[in-house]
Amino acid sequence: MGSRWLWRLVALPGVAWLSVFFLCAFYAVLAVAFGNQDTLSQPVPHWNPLDWNVGYVLDMLDNFFSGGPFWTVSLRTVEFVAIAVALSLLIGYPVAYFTARHAGSWKGAILLALILPLWINYLMRMLAWINLLAPDGIGSDVLHSLGIERLFLSIGLLDEPGGWLNGQPITVVLALLYGYLPFFILPLFVAIDRIDSRQIDAARDLGASPLSAFLRVTLPLSVPGILAGSVLIALPMFGDYYTADLVSASTQTNMIGNQIDEFMRQGSEKVTGAALTLLLSAFLLVLMSYYLRTTRRAGTTAQTT
Amino acid sequence: MSRLRNPWGRPRFLALITAGYILWSVVPVLLAIAFAFNNGRSRTTWQGFSFRWFTGETGSVLHDPALRDALGHTLLLAVICVAVATPLGVALALGLQRWRGRLSGSVNTLMLLPLVTPEIVMGIALLLLFLQVFGGIGLGTDAQAIGQITFTLSYVVVIVRGRLVSIGPEFEEAAADLGAPRRDQFFRVLLPLLAPAIVASAAVAFATSIDDFVVTQYLSSDASTTTVSMLLYSSARGAPTPALNAIATVNLAITLLTLVFAYLVYRRFAGRDEATAVAALEV
Repeated sequence: MGSRWLWRLVALPGVAWLSVFFLCAFYAVLAVAFGNQDTLSQPVPHWNPLDWNVGYVLDMLDNFFSGGPFWTVSLRTVEFVAIAVALSLLIGYPVAYFTARHAGSWKGAILLALILPLWINYLMRMLAWINLLAPDGIGSDVLHSLGIERLFLSIGLLDEPGGWLNGQPITVVLALLYGYLPFFILPLFVAIDRIDSRQIDAARDLGASPLSAFLRVTLPLSVPGILAGSVLIALPMFGDYYTADLVSASTQTNMIGNQIDEFMRQGSEKVTGAALTLLLSAFLLVLMSYYLRTTRRAGTTAQTT
Repeated sequence: MSRLRNPWGRPRFLALITAGYILWSVVPVLLAIAFAFNNGRSRTTWQGFSFRWFTGETGSVLHDPALRDALGHTLLLAVICVAVATPLGVALALGLQRWRGRLSGSVNTLMLLPLVTPEIVMGIALLLLFLQVFGGIGLGTDAQAIGQITFTLSYVVVIVRGRLVSIGPEFEEAAADLGAPRRDQFFRVLLPLLAPAIVASAAVAFATSIDDFVVTQYLSSDASTTTVSMLLYSSARGAPTPALNAIATVNLAITLLTLVFAYLVYRRFAGRDEATAVAALEV
């Protein structure tokens, strides 16, 4: 047996596993979404693509484009994710930039602090804020005494004093920001850290002011890191249902993930749920393929150097 | 004057933002941990220090059946996940690294896909698979373990392949030149060099399994398949006592100890820089 076949054989179990539990599983979503349901609204999947029934997916698209409930939820989701990603950039860029360029001997310690939240259970981090933002929680007290509560009440971002956890969109957005920001900072840090400082020195030697060197050298070179980080956090946010459930517990702040979760797990409209999952996946595929392309390119350059 | 200022000086406001961010990201969790030790039923008012929510007679992690079982089930899933995903992933990494063919690119993409697929999509895909195709397996512990293995597999492959790339083919070639049979090249040269990466990937798989929520929840059946993450989700808003903080703290301690152990092993045997790279591996 030649080594050609040996290594394929070694890879085989893993490939088989992924084929069954990833590819076939995804095909099950297609078969259910393009299938039918029986009188008890249990799914009757159509495994043969020639028998596919596009009715449920078309209904969903119709509901979406005629401005039905799915349109409202999708729009809200895009809005929440966009604001959370923008805020991530606003806070994350200075942090990543400082750590990569100016942290000096503190760099290792700061990096450790940036990595730490990635390994704290997401739900524990949400639990922490639920404790803090409860009406008698420490966080509510602090926000009250700093005048932030009154400010938010006066600009309409908060409905009632101490009501942070009662269906407030602002709380959901800030919880998403808190939950996913660590995942944004790290790839951005790597991108900024990789920038050759001689390029910035060259810009300065040629007479660029620090600001101009930043705007014309550092910032353009960190764009791939910004994009990678944004995609990396936008993908899970689009499928998130637990954050809104935990910090708002109101259908008024439902995201697309909550809608799918209600169809699939809580209720029993699995066919509609599968159709919505399919449409969400199609939308996210654009983001996913972008991310895969850039990471693979990064992987190959890492291998050649 | 400003032209003469050291361009690498530390801008204070950047340091301030960074310090503020770190405090904001860590302090809420530290407070949640602190309240796990509260000697009272409140999760918001401090009533003195105690271990009652960890080991007390009633309602503690150790003695409340719901909490104890959730912790036990979480660990059971993590052990199964590591036991299957590690060998499967190591083999896939080795195979992919040396497989030069038309299909290897597609397999590589297939291996990376679970890392970028939103968990809810994967949870639903597996849920429908187990309901519609593998009715014999059904939902519950087996399905949960299979689901976790499916995406932790990719982490194992990524870590082990990284190490394979940094080892390079030289050691095996040297062994071959010295007349070692192929079996010895693998078992006596490559495998020992790969060992730290295998330990690190097993630890990452363990920690990922422990902290997984969506896939585990979607594939759960009854109360006996509840994990710590699921318990946190279902009781965070209504939990009557700090016992929930206590179980979250135990969960966190297990995750961090596992990773610190793996980091030390990796650093000891594979060098410091690479260990930092592994530690930085997100998720």
